[in-house]
Amino acid sequence: MSLNIDQIRGLFPVLHQEVHGKPLVYFDNAATTQKPKAVLNALQDYYEKDNSNIHRGAHALADRATRDYEETREVVKDFIGAREAAEIIFTKGTTESINLVAQTFGRKFIGKGDEIIISTMEHHSNIVPWQMVCEEKGGILKIIPINEAGEILFEEFEKLLTPKTKLVSIVHASNALGTINPVKKIIDAAHAVGAKVLLDGAQSTSHLDIDVLDLNCDFLAFSAHKLYGPTGLGVLYGKREVLEVMPPFLGGGEMIKEVTFEKTTYNEIPFKFEAGTPNIADVIAFKAALNFIQDLTKTKIRSHEDGLLAHANDLMKEIKGFIPVGIAKEKVSVLSFNINGMHPFDVGQMLDAKGIAVRTGHHCTQPLMKRFGIEGTVRASFAVYNTKTEIEKLAEGVAQIARLKNK
Amino acid sequence: MSTIKEVQDEIISEFEILGDDKESTIFYIMELGANLKPFPESERKEEHIIKGCQSKVWLIADEKEGKVKFQADSNTDITKGLIYLLIRVLNDRRPEEILHADLDFIQKIGMGGIIGSQRSNGLAAMIKQMKLYALAFQTKQNA
Repeated sequence: MSLNIDQIRGLFPVLHQEVHGKPLVYFDNAATTQKPKAVLNALQDYYEKDNSNIHRGAHALADRATRDYEETREVVKDFIGAREAAEIIFTKGTTESINLVAQTFGRKFIGKGDEIIISTMEHHSNIVPWQMVCEEKGGILKIIPINEAGEILFEEFEKLLTPKTKLVSIVHASNALGTINPVKKIIDAAHAVGAKVLLDGAQSTSHLDIDVLDLNCDFLAFSAHKLYGPTGLGVLYGKREVLEVMPPFLGGGEMIKEVTFEKTTYNEIPFKFEAGTPNIADVIAFKAALNFIQDLTKTKIRSHEDGLLAHANDLMKEIKGFIPVGIAKEKVSVLSFNINGMHPFDVGQMLDAKGIAVRTGHHCTQPLMKRFGIEGTVRASFAVYNTKTEIEKLAEGVAQIARLKNK
Repeated sequence: MSTIKEVQDEIISEFEILGDDKESTIFYIMELGANLKPFPESERKEEHIIKGCQSKVWLIADEKEGKVKFQADSNTDITKGLIYLLIRVLNDRRPEEILHADLDFIQKIGMGGIIGSQRSNGLAAMIKQMKLYALAFQTKQNA
Protein backbone atom coordinates (compact mmCIF):
# COMPACT_ATOMS: atom_id res chain seq x y z
CA MET A 1 0.00 0.00 0.00
CA SER A 2 1.37 3.40 -0.89
CA LEU A 3 1.59 6.29 1.55
CA ASN A 4 -1.34 8.58 2.31
CA ILE A 5 0.39 11.88 1.61
CA ASP A 6 -2.59 14.02 2.66
CA GLN A 7 -2.55 12.36 6.03
CA ILE A 8 1.23 12.82 6.32
CA ARG A 9 0.93 16.52 5.42
CA GLY A 10 -1.57 16.85 8.26
CA LEU A 11 1.25 16.00 10.69
CA PHE A 12 3.33 19.04 9.62
CA PRO A 13 1.85 22.33 10.89
CA VAL A 14 4.36 24.52 9.04
CA LEU A 15 3.24 23.33 5.61
CA HIS A 16 -0.19 24.85 6.00
CA GLN A 17 0.57 28.50 5.38
CA GLU A 18 0.73 31.08 2.64
CA VAL A 19 3.84 33.01 1.65
CA HIS A 20 3.45 36.17 -0.43
CA GLY A 21 -0.23 35.32 -0.71
CA LYS A 22 0.41 31.88 -2.26
CA PRO A 23 0.23 28.44 -0.63
CA LEU A 24 3.70 27.40 0.51
CA VAL A 25 5.44 24.79 -1.61
CA TYR A 26 8.45 23.69 0.42
CA PHE A 27 11.19 22.27 -1.80
CA ASP A 28 14.23 23.08 0.34
CA ASN A 29 14.31 19.73 2.09
CA ALA A 30 17.96 18.98 1.39
CA ALA A 31 18.74 22.07 3.50
CA THR A 32 16.39 21.05 6.28
CA THR A 33 13.17 19.09 6.50
CA GLN A 34 10.08 20.26 8.35
CA LYS A 35 9.18 18.69 11.69
CA PRO A 36 6.12 16.56 12.43
CA LYS A 37 3.87 17.42 15.36
CA ALA A 38 5.23 14.44 17.32
CA VAL A 39 8.69 16.05 17.38
CA LEU A 40 7.27 19.40 18.48
CA ASN A 41 5.22 17.70 21.18
CA ALA A 42 8.23 15.76 22.43
CA LEU A 43 10.19 19.00 22.79
CA GLN A 44 7.38 20.65 24.70
CA ASP A 45 6.75 17.59 26.88
CA TYR A 46 10.39 17.38 27.84
CA TYR A 47 10.54 20.99 28.99
CA GLU A 48 7.14 20.83 30.69
CA LYS A 49 7.65 17.56 32.52
CA ASP A 50 11.17 16.19 32.56
CA ASN A 51 13.66 19.01 32.14
CA SER A 52 16.74 18.03 34.06
CA ASN A 53 20.42 17.42 33.51
CA ILE A 54 21.12 13.82 32.59
CA HIS A 55 23.35 11.18 34.23
CA ARG A 56 24.27 11.25 37.91
CA GLY A 57 21.14 13.13 38.98
CA ALA A 58 19.82 11.72 42.24
CA HIS A 59 16.19 12.47 41.46
CA ALA A 60 13.22 11.37 39.41
CA LEU A 61 13.37 14.03 36.70
CA ALA A 62 17.04 13.34 35.98
CA ASP A 63 16.23 9.65 35.82
CA ARG A 64 13.46 10.19 33.29
CA ALA A 65 15.53 12.56 31.16
CA THR A 66 18.50 10.16 31.21
CA ARG A 67 16.29 7.22 30.28
CA ASP A 68 14.72 9.10 27.34
CA TYR A 69 18.07 10.45 26.17
CA GLU A 70 19.66 7.01 26.17
CA GLU A 71 16.58 5.53 24.56
CA THR A 72 17.15 7.75 21.51
CA ARG A 73 20.68 6.36 21.30
CA GLU A 74 19.16 2.87 21.08
CA VAL A 75 16.72 4.00 18.39
CA VAL A 76 19.54 5.59 16.37
CA LYS A 77 21.54 2.38 16.73
CA ASP A 78 18.65 0.38 15.25
CA PHE A 79 18.02 3.05 12.59
CA ILE A 80 21.48 2.56 11.09
CA GLY A 81 21.99 -1.07 12.10
CA ALA A 82 24.92 -0.50 14.45
CA ARG A 83 26.13 -3.25 16.75
CA GLU A 84 25.75 -1.33 20.01
CA ALA A 85 24.45 1.99 21.29
CA ALA A 86 27.92 2.94 22.58
CA GLU A 87 28.95 3.44 18.97
CA ILE A 88 26.47 6.32 18.63
CA ILE A 89 27.85 9.75 19.57
CA PHE A 90 25.64 12.82 19.66
CA THR A 91 27.13 15.96 18.12
CA LYS A 92 25.87 19.34 16.88
CA GLY A 93 25.47 18.06 13.33
CA THR A 94 27.21 16.42 10.40
CA THR A 95 29.82 19.18 10.30
CA GLU A 96 30.80 18.63 13.91
CA SER A 97 30.79 14.85 13.44
CA ILE A 98 33.29 15.15 10.59
CA ASN A 99 35.40 17.66 12.50
CA LEU A 100 35.42 15.34 15.49
CA VAL A 101 36.95 12.57 13.36
CA ALA A 102 39.39 15.00 11.74
CA GLN A 103 40.56 16.42 15.06
CA THR A 104 40.88 13.09 16.87
CA PHE A 105 41.40 10.23 14.41
CA GLY A 106 42.98 12.58 11.87
CA ARG A 107 45.44 14.23 14.21
CA LYS A 108 46.46 10.93 15.74
CA PHE A 109 46.74 8.74 12.65
CA ILE A 110 47.61 11.07 9.76
CA GLY A 111 51.35 11.61 9.51
CA LYS A 112 53.64 13.30 7.05
CA GLY A 113 53.00 12.02 3.53
CA ASP A 114 49.85 10.10 4.49
CA GLU A 115 46.88 10.46 2.19
CA ILE A 116 43.22 11.31 2.65
CA ILE A 117 40.88 10.82 -0.30
CA ILE A 118 37.68 12.78 -0.86
CA SER A 119 35.65 13.40 -4.02
CA THR A 120 34.93 16.36 -6.26
CA MET A 121 31.33 16.52 -5.02
CA GLU A 122 32.02 16.98 -1.31
CA HIS A 123 30.30 19.61 0.79
CA HIS A 124 32.76 22.13 2.21
CA SER A 125 32.30 20.46 5.60
CA ASN A 126 33.89 17.33 4.16
CA ILE A 127 36.75 19.27 2.57
CA VAL A 128 37.90 21.94 5.00
CA PRO A 129 38.38 19.70 8.11
CA TRP A 130 40.74 17.47 6.07
CA GLN A 131 42.61 20.44 4.64
CA MET A 132 43.15 21.60 8.22
CA VAL A 133 44.50 18.19 9.27
CA CYS A 134 46.69 17.88 6.18
CA GLU A 135 48.11 21.32 6.74
CA GLU A 136 48.94 20.57 10.35
CA LYS A 137 50.28 17.05 9.88
CA GLY A 138 51.81 17.24 6.41
CA GLY A 139 49.19 14.94 4.90
CA ILE A 140 48.09 14.93 1.27
CA LEU A 141 44.50 15.43 0.15
CA LYS A 142 43.54 13.58 -3.05
CA ILE A 143 40.38 14.16 -5.03
CA ILE A 144 38.29 11.59 -6.93
CA PRO A 145 37.19 13.06 -10.27
CA ILE A 146 33.64 12.82 -11.62
CA ASN A 147 32.03 12.61 -15.07
CA GLU A 148 29.65 15.08 -16.73
CA ALA A 149 26.63 13.31 -15.28
CA GLY A 150 27.98 13.93 -11.79
CA GLU A 151 29.13 10.37 -11.06
CA ILE A 152 32.36 9.30 -9.42
CA LEU A 153 34.92 7.70 -11.72
CA PHE A 154 35.51 4.51 -9.75
CA GLU A 155 38.54 3.39 -11.77
CA GLU A 156 40.17 6.76 -11.08
CA PHE A 157 39.43 6.28 -7.39
CA GLU A 158 41.14 2.89 -7.42
CA LYS A 159 44.22 4.51 -8.93
CA LEU A 160 44.36 7.03 -6.07
CA LEU A 161 44.48 4.29 -3.42
CA THR A 162 47.96 3.49 -2.07
CA PRO A 163 49.37 1.97 1.11
CA LYS A 164 49.71 5.60 2.27
CA THR A 165 45.92 6.11 2.14
CA LYS A 166 44.75 6.38 5.75
CA LEU A 167 41.21 7.62 5.20
CA VAL A 168 38.58 7.92 2.51
CA SER A 169 35.89 10.43 3.43
CA ILE A 170 33.07 10.47 0.96
CA VAL A 171 29.55 11.73 0.60
CA HIS A 172 26.91 8.99 0.35
CA ALA A 173 24.43 11.19 -1.57
CA SER A 174 25.46 14.56 -2.99
CA ASN A 175 23.61 17.56 -1.58
CA ALA A 176 24.09 19.60 -4.76
CA LEU A 177 23.38 16.93 -7.39
CA GLY A 178 21.55 14.12 -5.63
CA THR A 179 24.03 11.51 -6.93
CA ILE A 180 24.14 8.34 -4.84
CA ASN A 181 27.71 7.12 -4.73
CA PRO A 182 28.64 3.41 -4.95
CA VAL A 183 29.83 3.51 -1.37
CA LYS A 184 29.95 -0.23 -0.72
CA LYS A 185 32.44 -0.70 -3.56
CA ILE A 186 34.40 2.33 -2.36
CA ILE A 187 34.52 1.05 1.22
CA ASP A 188 35.71 -2.42 0.15
CA ALA A 189 38.42 -0.97 -2.07
CA ALA A 190 39.59 1.41 0.66
CA HIS A 191 39.71 -1.37 3.25
CA ALA A 192 41.82 -3.45 0.87
CA VAL A 193 44.66 -0.93 1.30
CA GLY A 194 44.04 -0.60 5.04
CA ALA A 195 42.28 2.79 4.92
CA LYS A 196 39.32 3.71 7.11
CA VAL A 197 36.18 5.15 5.54
CA LEU A 198 33.93 7.96 6.72
CA LEU A 199 30.55 8.32 5.05
CA ASP A 200 28.90 11.73 4.98
CA GLY A 201 25.31 10.60 5.35
CA ALA A 202 23.72 14.05 5.69
CA GLN A 203 21.68 13.59 2.51
CA SER A 204 21.35 9.82 2.37
CA THR A 205 19.98 8.86 5.78
CA SER A 206 16.55 10.36 5.15
CA HIS A 207 16.09 8.61 1.80
CA LEU A 208 18.01 5.33 1.82
CA ASP A 209 18.03 2.32 4.08
CA ILE A 210 21.28 2.43 5.99
CA ASP A 211 22.96 -0.62 7.45
CA VAL A 212 26.42 0.29 8.73
CA LEU A 213 27.33 -3.37 9.28
CA ASP A 214 26.49 -4.30 5.73
CA LEU A 215 28.22 -1.18 4.36
CA ASN A 216 31.10 -1.84 6.74
CA CYS A 217 31.94 1.88 6.97
CA ASP A 218 34.14 2.92 9.88
CA PHE A 219 32.29 6.20 10.46
CA LEU A 220 28.92 7.61 9.47
CA ALA A 221 28.05 11.28 10.05
CA PHE A 222 24.56 12.75 9.74
CA SER A 223 22.22 15.45 11.04
CA ALA A 224 18.88 15.14 12.81
CA HIS A 225 17.35 18.20 11.17
CA LYS A 226 17.47 16.66 7.70
CA LEU A 227 15.62 13.64 9.12
CA TYR A 228 12.50 15.52 10.28
CA GLY A 229 14.20 16.07 13.64
CA PRO A 230 15.38 19.15 15.54
CA THR A 231 18.23 21.45 14.46
CA GLY A 232 21.54 21.58 16.28
CA LEU A 233 21.84 17.83 16.66
CA GLY A 234 23.88 15.30 14.74
CA VAL A 235 25.24 11.81 15.03
CA LEU A 236 28.62 10.27 14.61
CA TYR A 237 28.63 6.51 14.32
CA GLY A 238 32.01 4.85 14.68
CA LYS A 239 33.10 1.26 15.04
CA ARG A 240 33.95 0.56 18.67
CA GLU A 241 37.50 -0.54 17.92
CA VAL A 242 38.17 2.72 16.06
CA LEU A 243 36.45 5.01 18.58
CA GLU A 244 38.35 3.40 21.44
CA VAL A 245 41.77 4.22 20.03
CA MET A 246 40.81 7.80 19.21
CA PRO A 247 41.72 10.54 21.68
CA PRO A 248 38.86 12.66 23.09
CA PHE A 249 37.58 15.67 21.15
CA LEU A 250 36.52 18.29 23.70
CA GLY A 251 37.59 18.27 27.32
CA GLY A 252 35.17 18.92 30.15
CA GLY A 253 32.45 17.29 32.18
CA GLU A 254 30.94 13.92 31.31
CA MET A 255 33.89 12.79 29.20
CA ILE A 256 36.12 11.96 32.18
CA LYS A 257 36.53 8.94 34.40
CA GLU A 258 38.64 10.64 37.03
CA VAL A 259 40.24 14.06 37.23
CA THR A 260 43.17 15.02 39.41
CA PHE A 261 45.38 18.00 38.77
CA GLU A 262 48.13 15.59 37.78
CA LYS A 263 46.23 13.39 35.36
CA THR A 264 42.78 12.81 33.94
CA THR A 265 41.50 9.46 32.77
CA TYR A 266 38.77 9.40 30.19
CA ASN A 267 35.33 7.91 30.23
CA GLU A 268 34.21 5.01 28.04
CA ILE A 269 32.63 5.55 24.61
CA PRO A 270 30.28 7.20 23.76
CA PHE A 271 30.68 9.55 26.77
CA LYS A 272 34.34 10.15 26.03
CA PHE A 273 33.15 12.20 23.05
CA GLU A 274 30.20 13.97 24.68
CA ALA A 275 31.80 16.62 26.88
CA GLY A 276 29.53 19.02 28.70
CA THR A 277 25.75 19.05 29.01
CA PRO A 278 24.48 17.69 25.71
CA ASN A 279 21.52 18.81 23.63
CA ILE A 280 19.14 16.79 25.80
CA ALA A 281 15.78 18.08 24.57
CA ASP A 282 16.62 17.68 20.89
CA VAL A 283 18.06 14.21 21.40
CA ILE A 284 14.87 13.15 23.17
CA ALA A 285 12.67 14.68 20.45
CA PHE A 286 14.78 13.09 17.71
CA LYS A 287 13.36 9.72 18.71
CA ALA A 288 9.93 10.90 17.54
CA ALA A 289 11.37 11.86 14.15
CA LEU A 290 13.03 8.48 13.72
CA ASN A 291 9.84 6.71 14.73
CA PHE A 292 7.96 8.78 12.15
CA ILE A 293 10.35 7.56 9.45
CA GLN A 294 10.37 3.95 10.63
CA ASP A 295 6.57 3.86 10.73
CA LEU A 296 6.35 4.97 7.10
CA THR A 297 9.36 2.83 6.13
CA LYS A 298 12.20 4.16 4.00
CA THR A 299 11.19 1.88 1.16
CA LYS A 300 7.85 3.65 0.83
CA ILE A 301 9.35 7.09 1.42
CA ARG A 302 11.93 6.51 -1.30
CA SER A 303 9.39 5.13 -3.72
CA HIS A 304 7.23 8.24 -3.25
CA GLU A 305 10.20 10.59 -3.60
CA ASP A 306 11.49 8.77 -6.69
CA GLY A 307 8.05 9.24 -8.21
CA LEU A 308 8.22 12.98 -7.53
CA LEU A 309 11.68 13.26 -9.07
CA ALA A 310 10.64 11.30 -12.16
CA HIS A 311 7.56 13.51 -12.57
CA ALA A 312 9.71 16.65 -12.23
CA ASN A 313 12.23 15.35 -14.77
CA ASP A 314 9.43 14.59 -17.25
CA LEU A 315 7.91 18.06 -16.97
CA MET A 316 11.15 20.01 -16.84
CA LYS A 317 12.75 18.44 -19.89
CA GLU A 318 10.02 20.04 -22.02
CA ILE A 319 10.97 23.55 -20.83
CA LYS A 320 13.04 25.58 -23.27
CA GLY A 321 16.18 26.85 -21.55
CA PHE A 322 16.08 24.25 -18.74
CA ILE A 323 19.57 22.90 -18.01
CA PRO A 324 19.74 19.99 -15.54
CA VAL A 325 22.90 19.79 -13.42
CA GLY A 326 23.68 16.26 -12.24
CA ILE A 327 21.99 13.47 -14.17
CA ALA A 328 23.44 10.45 -12.43
CA LYS A 329 21.61 7.16 -12.87
CA GLU A 330 21.30 6.70 -9.11
CA LYS A 331 19.90 9.76 -7.37
CA VAL A 332 18.02 10.83 -4.28
CA SER A 333 15.19 13.33 -4.81
CA VAL A 334 17.26 16.40 -5.64
CA LEU A 335 16.67 18.40 -8.82
CA SER A 336 19.51 20.82 -9.51
CA PHE A 337 19.26 23.04 -12.56
CA ASN A 338 19.88 26.33 -14.29
CA ILE A 339 17.87 28.40 -16.73
CA ASN A 340 19.71 29.52 -19.82
CA GLY A 341 20.56 33.23 -19.60
CA MET A 342 19.48 33.63 -15.97
CA HIS A 343 21.24 33.78 -12.63
CA PRO A 344 20.07 31.06 -10.21
CA PHE A 345 19.49 33.65 -7.48
CA ASP A 346 17.00 35.50 -9.70
CA VAL A 347 15.22 32.26 -10.55
CA GLY A 348 15.03 31.37 -6.85
CA GLN A 349 13.64 34.74 -5.89
CA MET A 350 11.01 34.61 -8.63
CA LEU A 351 9.98 31.14 -7.49
CA ASP A 352 9.77 32.47 -3.93
CA ALA A 353 7.35 35.12 -5.16
CA LYS A 354 5.19 32.20 -6.34
CA GLY A 355 5.34 30.64 -2.87
CA ILE A 356 7.89 28.01 -3.93
CA ALA A 357 10.87 27.63 -1.60
CA VAL A 358 14.07 26.41 -3.27
CA ARG A 359 17.76 26.98 -2.58
CA THR A 360 20.15 28.71 -4.96
CA GLY A 361 23.90 29.18 -5.12
CA HIS A 362 26.89 26.91 -4.80
CA HIS A 363 25.33 24.76 -2.05
CA CYS A 364 28.64 24.79 -0.15
CA THR A 365 30.23 22.80 -2.98
CA GLN A 366 32.33 25.42 -4.76
CA PRO A 367 34.88 22.93 -6.20
CA LEU A 368 31.98 20.96 -7.69
CA MET A 369 30.47 24.08 -9.26
CA LYS A 370 33.90 24.90 -10.67
CA ARG A 371 34.09 21.39 -12.17
CA PHE A 372 30.86 22.13 -14.06
CA GLY A 373 31.99 25.66 -14.94
CA ILE A 374 29.00 27.28 -13.24
CA GLU A 375 28.51 29.68 -10.35
CA GLY A 376 25.64 27.81 -8.83
CA THR A 377 22.33 26.12 -9.43
CA VAL A 378 18.71 26.25 -8.40
CA ARG A 379 18.01 23.23 -6.23
CA ALA A 380 14.59 21.80 -5.57
CA SER A 381 14.71 18.88 -3.15
CA PHE A 382 11.72 16.72 -2.30
CA ALA A 383 10.57 15.04 0.89
CA VAL A 384 7.86 12.59 1.84
CA TYR A 385 5.19 15.29 2.32
CA ASN A 386 5.58 16.79 -1.16
CA THR A 387 2.98 16.09 -3.84
CA LYS A 388 2.80 15.75 -7.62
CA THR A 389 0.59 18.85 -7.70
CA GLU A 390 3.42 20.79 -6.07
CA ILE A 391 5.83 19.44 -8.70
CA GLU A 392 3.46 20.71 -11.38
CA LYS A 393 3.42 24.16 -9.76
CA LEU A 394 7.21 24.17 -9.81
CA ALA A 395 7.29 23.18 -13.47
CA GLU A 396 4.73 25.84 -14.39
CA GLY A 397 6.71 28.46 -12.47
CA VAL A 398 10.02 27.46 -14.02
CA ALA A 399 8.47 27.43 -17.49
CA GLN A 400 7.10 30.95 -17.01
CA ILE A 401 10.45 32.25 -15.72
CA ALA A 402 12.43 30.49 -18.46
CA ARG A 403 10.28 32.15 -21.15
CA LEU A 404 11.65 35.56 -20.10
CA LYS A 405 15.01 34.69 -21.64
CA ASN A 406 14.20 31.72 -23.87
CA LYS A 407 11.55 32.76 -26.37
CA MET B 1 16.68 68.59 -12.68
CA SER B 2 14.49 66.97 -10.03
CA THR B 3 15.76 66.78 -6.47
CA ILE B 4 16.67 63.50 -4.78
CA LYS B 5 13.40 63.69 -2.88
CA GLU B 6 11.36 64.22 -6.05
CA VAL B 7 12.96 61.26 -7.82
CA GLN B 8 12.36 59.08 -4.76
CA ASP B 9 8.70 60.13 -4.67
CA GLU B 10 8.34 59.21 -8.36
CA ILE B 11 9.74 55.75 -7.67
CA ILE B 12 7.48 55.29 -4.65
CA SER B 13 4.38 56.10 -6.71
CA GLU B 14 5.49 53.74 -9.50
CA PHE B 15 5.77 50.91 -6.99
CA GLU B 16 2.43 51.83 -5.41
CA ILE B 17 0.72 50.99 -8.71
CA LEU B 18 2.08 47.44 -8.42
CA GLY B 19 0.34 46.99 -5.06
CA ASP B 20 1.20 44.05 -2.82
CA ASP B 21 1.82 41.52 -5.54
CA LYS B 22 5.37 40.38 -4.97
CA GLU B 23 5.64 38.55 -8.25
CA SER B 24 4.83 41.54 -10.45
CA THR B 25 7.08 43.75 -8.30
CA ILE B 26 10.03 41.41 -8.84
CA PHE B 27 9.35 41.28 -12.59
CA TYR B 28 9.14 45.07 -12.61
CA ILE B 29 12.51 45.42 -10.84
CA MET B 30 14.05 43.05 -13.39
CA GLU B 31 12.62 45.09 -16.26
CA LEU B 32 14.09 48.26 -14.77
CA GLY B 33 17.51 46.64 -14.92
CA ALA B 34 17.31 46.56 -18.70
CA ASN B 35 17.50 50.40 -18.66
CA LEU B 36 21.03 50.37 -17.26
CA LYS B 37 23.59 51.76 -19.66
CA PRO B 38 26.06 49.12 -20.93
CA PHE B 39 29.00 48.82 -18.55
CA PRO B 40 32.44 49.30 -20.13
CA GLU B 41 34.06 45.87 -20.45
CA SER B 42 37.49 47.33 -19.68
CA GLU B 43 36.22 48.30 -16.20
CA ARG B 44 34.91 44.83 -15.34
CA LYS B 45 37.78 44.30 -12.90
CA GLU B 46 38.08 42.58 -9.54
CA GLU B 47 38.75 45.90 -7.77
CA HIS B 48 35.40 47.31 -8.91
CA ILE B 49 33.36 44.44 -7.50
CA ILE B 50 31.07 44.91 -4.51
CA LYS B 51 30.53 41.38 -3.33
CA GLY B 52 27.11 40.33 -2.13
CA CYS B 53 26.52 36.72 -1.11
CA GLN B 54 25.30 35.43 -4.47
CA SER B 55 25.32 38.36 -6.87
CA LYS B 56 28.25 40.42 -8.09
CA VAL B 57 28.09 44.16 -8.66
CA TRP B 58 30.62 46.25 -10.55
CA LEU B 59 30.54 49.95 -9.71
CA ILE B 60 32.68 52.83 -10.97
CA ALA B 61 32.34 56.58 -10.53
CA ASP B 62 33.69 59.65 -12.23
CA GLU B 63 33.45 63.35 -11.57
CA LYS B 64 32.46 65.90 -14.22
CA GLU B 65 31.89 69.58 -13.48
CA GLY B 66 31.61 68.90 -9.79
CA LYS B 67 29.03 66.14 -10.21
CA VAL B 68 29.40 62.40 -9.68
CA LYS B 69 28.62 60.02 -12.55
CA PHE B 70 28.05 56.39 -11.66
CA GLN B 71 28.19 53.35 -13.89
CA ALA B 72 27.35 49.89 -12.64
CA ASP B 73 26.38 46.38 -13.64
CA SER B 74 25.53 43.04 -12.06
CA ASN B 75 25.47 39.38 -13.01
CA THR B 76 21.87 39.07 -11.82
CA ASP B 77 18.86 40.78 -13.33
CA ILE B 78 17.10 41.68 -10.08
CA THR B 79 20.25 43.33 -8.74
CA LYS B 80 20.57 45.25 -12.00
CA GLY B 81 17.12 46.69 -11.34
CA LEU B 82 18.17 47.76 -7.86
CA ILE B 83 21.30 49.45 -9.21
CA TYR B 84 19.20 51.21 -11.81
CA LEU B 85 17.03 52.67 -9.04
CA LEU B 86 20.04 53.86 -7.03
CA ILE B 87 21.65 55.45 -10.07
CA ARG B 88 18.37 57.11 -10.99
CA VAL B 89 18.31 58.77 -7.57
CA LEU B 90 22.00 59.53 -7.02
CA ASN B 91 23.55 60.03 -10.44
CA ASP B 92 24.76 63.41 -11.66
CA ARG B 93 24.65 65.09 -8.27
CA ARG B 94 27.15 66.97 -6.18
CA PRO B 95 29.10 64.82 -3.67
CA GLU B 96 27.52 66.53 -0.64
CA GLU B 97 24.02 65.86 -1.98
CA ILE B 98 24.88 62.16 -2.28
CA LEU B 99 26.47 62.09 1.16
CA HIS B 100 23.42 63.66 2.79
CA ALA B 101 20.84 61.72 0.77
CA ASP B 102 18.31 59.94 2.95
CA LEU B 103 17.26 57.07 0.71
CA ASP B 104 13.91 56.48 2.37
CA PHE B 105 12.29 55.17 -0.82
CA ILE B 106 13.83 51.77 -0.07
CA GLN B 107 11.97 51.51 3.19
CA LYS B 108 8.79 53.15 1.87
CA ILE B 109 8.56 50.67 -1.00
CA GLY B 110 9.06 47.87 1.51
CA MET B 111 12.07 46.70 -0.48
CA GLY B 112 13.35 44.48 2.34
CA GLY B 113 10.25 42.30 2.11
CA ILE B 114 10.44 42.17 -1.66
CA ILE B 115 14.09 41.29 -2.17
CA GLY B 116 14.87 39.45 1.07
CA SER B 117 17.72 39.81 3.52
CA GLN B 118 20.64 38.70 1.32
CA ARG B 119 19.91 41.23 -1.39
CA SER B 120 19.06 43.92 1.16
CA ASN B 121 22.57 43.52 2.58
CA GLY B 122 23.93 43.81 -0.95
CA LEU B 123 21.85 46.93 -1.55
CA ALA B 124 23.22 48.51 1.63
CA ALA B 125 26.75 47.69 0.47
CA MET B 126 26.05 49.40 -2.88
CA ILE B 127 24.78 52.56 -1.18
CA LYS B 128 27.79 52.58 1.11
CA GLN B 129 30.16 52.30 -1.85
CA MET B 130 28.37 55.11 -3.73
CA LYS B 131 28.65 57.35 -0.68
CA LEU B 132 32.33 56.43 -0.32
CA TYR B 133 32.91 57.57 -3.89
CA ALA B 134 31.05 60.81 -3.10
CA LEU B 135 33.20 61.32 -0.02
CA ALA B 136 36.37 60.79 -2.03
CA PHE B 137 35.29 63.34 -4.64
CA GLN B 138 34.26 65.82 -1.96
CA THR B 139 37.64 65.49 -0.28
CA LYS B 140 39.31 66.07 -3.65
CA GLN B 141 37.15 69.14 -4.35
CA ASN B 142 37.97 70.63 -0.94
CA ALA B 143 41.66 69.93 -1.23
